[in-house]
Amino acid sequence: MNRLTVENLSVSFRIPGAVVRAVSEASFTVRPGRCLALVGESGCGKSVLAHALLGLLPGNAEASGSAVLSQSGGGGDVELIGASERTLAGRVRGRAIGLIPQSPATHLTPVRTARAQMQEAVREMGRPPGTADELAEKFGLSPADLDKYPHELSGGMAQRVANAMALAGDPWLLLADEPTTGLDRDLVDRAMGALRALCDEGRAVLLITHDLRAAERVADDLAVMYASRIVELGPVREVLDRPRHPYSAGLVDAQPDRAFVPVPGMPPELTALPDGCAFAPRCGHRTDACDVRPARGGGDGRVACHHPLAVQDGVQEDAKEDSRA
Amino acid sequence: MLEARDITVRYGSRTVLDRVSLTVEPGAVLGLGGPSGCGKSTLARVMAMMLRPRSGSVAVDGRPVSRWRQRAPRELRTRVALIYQQPRLAVDPRLTLREIVAEPLAAAGTAAAGTAAAGTGTAGTGTAGTGTAGTGTAGTGTAGTADAERVAALAAEVGLTGDLLTRRPHEVSDGQLQRACVARALILSPGYLICDEMTTMLDASTQAHLVRVVNAYRERTGAGVLAISHDAVLLGRWADGVAELGQGGKAAVSV
Repeated sequence: MNRLTVENLSVSFRIPGAVVRAVSEASFTVRPGRCLALVGESGCGKSVLAHALLGLLPGNAEASGSAVLSQSGGGGDVELIGASERTLAGRVRGRAIGLIPQSPATHLTPVRTARAQMQEAVREMGRPPGTADELAEKFGLSPADLDKYPHELSGGMAQRVANAMALAGDPWLLLADEPTTGLDRDLVDRAMGALRALCDEGRAVLLITHDLRAAERVADDLAVMYASRIVELGPVREVLDRPRHPYSAGLVDAQPDRAFVPVPGMPPELTALPDGCAFAPRCGHRTDACDVRPARGGGDGRVACHHPLAVQDGVQEDAKEDSRA
Repeated sequence: MLEARDITVRYGSRTVLDRVSLTVEPGAVLGLGGPSGCGKSTLARVMAMMLRPRSGSVAVDGRPVSRWRQRAPRELRTRVALIYQQPRLAVDPRLTLREIVAEPLAAAGTAAAGTAAAGTGTAGTGTAGTGTAGTGTAGTGTAGTADAERVAALAAEVGLTGDLLTRRPHEVSDGQLQRACVARALILSPGYLICDEMTTMLDASTQAHLVRVVNAYRERTGAGVLAISHDAVLLGRWADGVAELGQGGKAAVSV
C-alpha cells in the first residue's frame, strides 16, 4: 500500500548571523484513506515542512532526515529529501503529491481562464483531455464556471478549481497548506467536507492549518507543532478531548467555545531555541527535568513531554482527580 | 457613539452596501457577522473614514463626517482605529515593529514626533493616517521619551518583547505582526476600535490574547468596539450583541 513515512525530518535556514530551525526531527506517517492535520501557530514551521516534502525550499535551506514515498503501484519508492529536480518534477509533484494551495484565488494565473489552466495541468500530467471536465464536475463546477477568469470566481469556486487542479495528475496524497485562509465558516466547512471526500475515496491527506475547528472536521489524526517540533500526535478526538501535552491543552482551551484564555507568554524564536523543552518557559508543570529536551515517547509515541497531563487532567469538565502521569 | 446611517456604497455597477445603518456604543462590543463578500469590510472602511460612501452619513460622537481619508479632520480621524485582517498588507515593510507601533504618533503630528521629523527632513507631507510618511521619526530624540514609553507599554501589553521590536515585518510571524498592528491601533487612544477579522489568520491562543487586549483597553477607556468576523462562535463569546449583514449588503442589521 502507498504511504508517506517521514522520519527525523529537520529543516534549517541560514540567515546572516543566525540559523533558523524551522522543523526539528519531525516523524509521522500518512496513509491512504486517512487525513493527518498538522496544527500550530503561525511561524511554528508547519508550512516549511510542507514545502520540504515537495522540494520547494529556498536555496538557503538545509534539510536532513528522510521522507519516503512508498508506492505499491508503479511509482516505486522515492526519497523526497534531497531528491533531484527531475525526480520531483517527473514523479512527485502533481503525480504522487497534489498541492492544494493557500488562497486559491491568488494561486491561479489572473490572465487565463480556469479552463485553460485546468487543461494545461491535465496535459502536463499526461491525462486525456476530457479529464478537466470530469474533475470540474466532480467538484460541482459547471462548464460555464470554468470559462471564468480567477477574479470572477467566488472564494468557494476558486477553492473548488484548486481542488480539481490538484487532482489533475491523480495523486494519491494531497497536501493542503492552509486551504481555508480567508474563507468564511460555511466555506471552511464545505472545503473540509471536500477534503474528507477525497480521503474517503482512498487518497491520503496532509492538512496544514492553524484552525483547530477545521482540523476537527476532517482529520483522523492530529499533530500539534510547537516551535519547530511535533509535541503531540494522536487520534484527533483523543488529542482534542484529552490533550496530554500542556501546549495542546492550552491551544484547545484558547478556543472561543472553550475557556477562551490564551497560553501565557510567547513562543521562542526559531533562531534561539532552548536546549531543553521549548515550551517549558510557558508551562505550569515545568520542573528541572525540562532542561533536557523530551522525546516523543511513552510507547505510543504520542507526546513529547516529561510531565504529560494524565487523561483526566485534560480539558474535560470532570477532570477533578489528582493525577500526574 | 460611532454612527453610520443609510450607508450605500457601489463599486462600479455593483451595490456593495445598500442603506445600511449601524451604531457602535461606547464601552460595548458590537459584533458584525455575515457571509464572505457581503460588505463587512467595506462598512468598516466607511466607519473608519477610509472610504467615502455613495450616500449616507457617519457621525463620531455626534460630529458628522464631511471629509474622508486624509482630508478627514485629525481629531475625528484619530478617534477611530481600524485593525485589518492581514497584517502583512497593513504595514510598511521598511519599518521596524517599534516604528510601526509609533507611526500614528508621527502621523498625528504630536510635538515629539514633529521635532524628530523636522530633524530628518523625510516626512515632508505629514498627511498621514494611511501611508508611509514619517519613516523612523517617532521615538527618537529627547522629546520622544514619553512616546517611547507609551510604545514600550503597549508593546508589552500585546506581548512583543524588546528584540522583536527591532525587527522588520519579514522577520516576524503573522501573529507577531498582528500584535504590532493592535498596539499601533491603540497608541492614539481611540474612542472606537474596528476589528475587521482581526484574528482570522491567527491560532487560537493568539486570538484569545488579542481579544483580551482589546477588551482590557475597552474596560480601561470606555471605548466602543466593532468586532467584524464570520465566526459566529467567536462573536457569541466576544460581543455584547451581534448584527448580521446580509448578502449584497442589504440593510439586514438587527441586534
